[in-house]
Amino acid sequence: MINNTPSKEHLDYISRVKRRNTLITLTRILILIIFIAQWEITARLKIVDPFLVSQPSRIVNTFFKLMQEGHLLRHTYVTCIETIIGFISGTIIGTLIAIILWLSDFINKVLEPYLVVLNALPKIALGPILIFWVGNGQPAIIIIALTISLIVTIISVLTGFNDVDEDMIKLVKTFGANKYQVLRYVVLPHSLPTIISTLKINVGLSWVGVIVGEFLVAKEGLGFLIVFGGQVAQLDMVMLSIIILSIIAYIMYAIVSKIESIYIK
Amino acid sequence: MGKLTLNNVSMTYHTLHNETKTLEDINIKVDDGEFVVLVGPSGCGKSTLLSIIAGLITPTSGEIYLDDKILSYPCNKIGYMFQKDTLFEWRSIYKNITLGLEIRKEMTKENIEFANTLIEKYGLSSFKNYYPSQLSGGMRQRVALIRTLVLNPEILLLDEPFSALDYHTRLLVSDEIYKIIKAEGKTALMVTHDIAEAISLADRIIVLSSRPAKIKKEFNIKLSIEDRTPLTSRNAPEFKDYFNLIWKELDKYDK
Repeated sequence: MINNTPSKEHLDYISRVKRRNTLITLTRILILIIFIAQWEITARLKIVDPFLVSQPSRIVNTFFKLMQEGHLLRHTYVTCIETIIGFISGTIIGTLIAIILWLSDFINKVLEPYLVVLNALPKIALGPILIFWVGNGQPAIIIIALTISLIVTIISVLTGFNDVDEDMIKLVKTFGANKYQVLRYVVLPHSLPTIISTLKINVGLSWVGVIVGEFLVAKEGLGFLIVFGGQVAQLDMVMLSIIILSIIAYIMYAIVSKIESIYIK
Repeated sequence: MGKLTLNNVSMTYHTLHNETKTLEDINIKVDDGEFVVLVGPSGCGKSTLLSIIAGLITPTSGEIYLDDKILSYPCNKIGYMFQKDTLFEWRSIYKNITLGLEIRKEMTKENIEFANTLIEKYGLSSFKNYYPSQLSGGMRQRVALIRTLVLNPEILLLDEPFSALDYHTRLLVSDEIYKIIKAEGKTALMVTHDIAEAISLADRIIVLSSRPAKIKKEFNIKLSIEDRTPLTSRNAPEFKDYFNLIWKELDKYDK
């Protein structure tokens, strides 16, 4: 209820909640600062070996060096594109397959054990085979990312489809709806929240797929940078790539969460 | 013959382990404009019967006639109302009400106008752009009824339409829905296990036995009361007599 003249207790309550929230944010920032500061200091004092754990100032230097050489943006861009294609195609193809399985109970029943087995299989193990099939390049990376999210998508979207209230389906059937209309008017709109939350899960899975894919085959991308940095004993480069990775992964997740909050009120 | 006639309708469900006879030789005749209520112990197959009439399930044997003609499906003369209001949360009230028209591809000017007339008449105009979650339970059930009426059915099948509401709302909503059905001149066949509710609404009550459901008895409900509505019915002197009669009928078959 909106009250024009909030009572004193209410104002007290609001300022209490606000103070607590500010405290939480400040503590979070403080932890980050302390962590970076102790990292820098212990590395400078040689308490830890900067060759093994790197050092914030060296990471910053590497960042500017790589930026000047012009490669860093390119590597980041490649990885981002691969990930985006991975999770979007994984979600779309998975949803399409789930629709087919929903439309045909027979196909659904036939494929059930295969889906269970494929779901249990660590998809990364298929990496070498996929590289052999589609070649040593970007397509292989994207397909690895897609395979990781595909089966989970099919299973969770299908569960969402089957979750629809039977009475809603009965209702549109009394209106004379055929199976495609049931899908269009009831099942799909009802499952939209499930599909979007699957998209959110797939963002994370796609990152795993892309990085592993890049470990295996890439000539560019952040995953490549990590492997390359390791091979030439440049831990600064590895650490920098991981930091960029976590920032971008977070941004992507935040964007999808935003989309989710727009569609699901 | 009447408006809706059920001729020796039987239904048997099959599973791998057994078969269950749910309905046995059901013969029912509903006249035009009549309000008939089916009462029976829970799980006796009342809802199955409605699903058969609506064409959602094919009976094992028997025929159903509408205006003396064998009913063929899909039939747009029958409207169905459920226990839950089954409103679509992602559609506005207006879009919920026109859902049936959309599915039947009948969004014509006249039909939309008719929908708007009903919305206006039954006080939903100011809620057109609301979403179901913003409405109370009773209001939602009214929207569900209007959604069915928009398709202009001749017969309404009501499957325990009030049982999901709390007692107070239930009395008010049943009164309201009854008045709308009467005002629109619809024939209604309702299922319930609430005896008092059945008497308050029905012109005729048909008592079913427990599974397999057979027709046990029929009661013509005649109440000596003016301006009969579900709420005033409850004050009729005959109310408790009918209650006891039907109670005894139901009681016998639980043993």
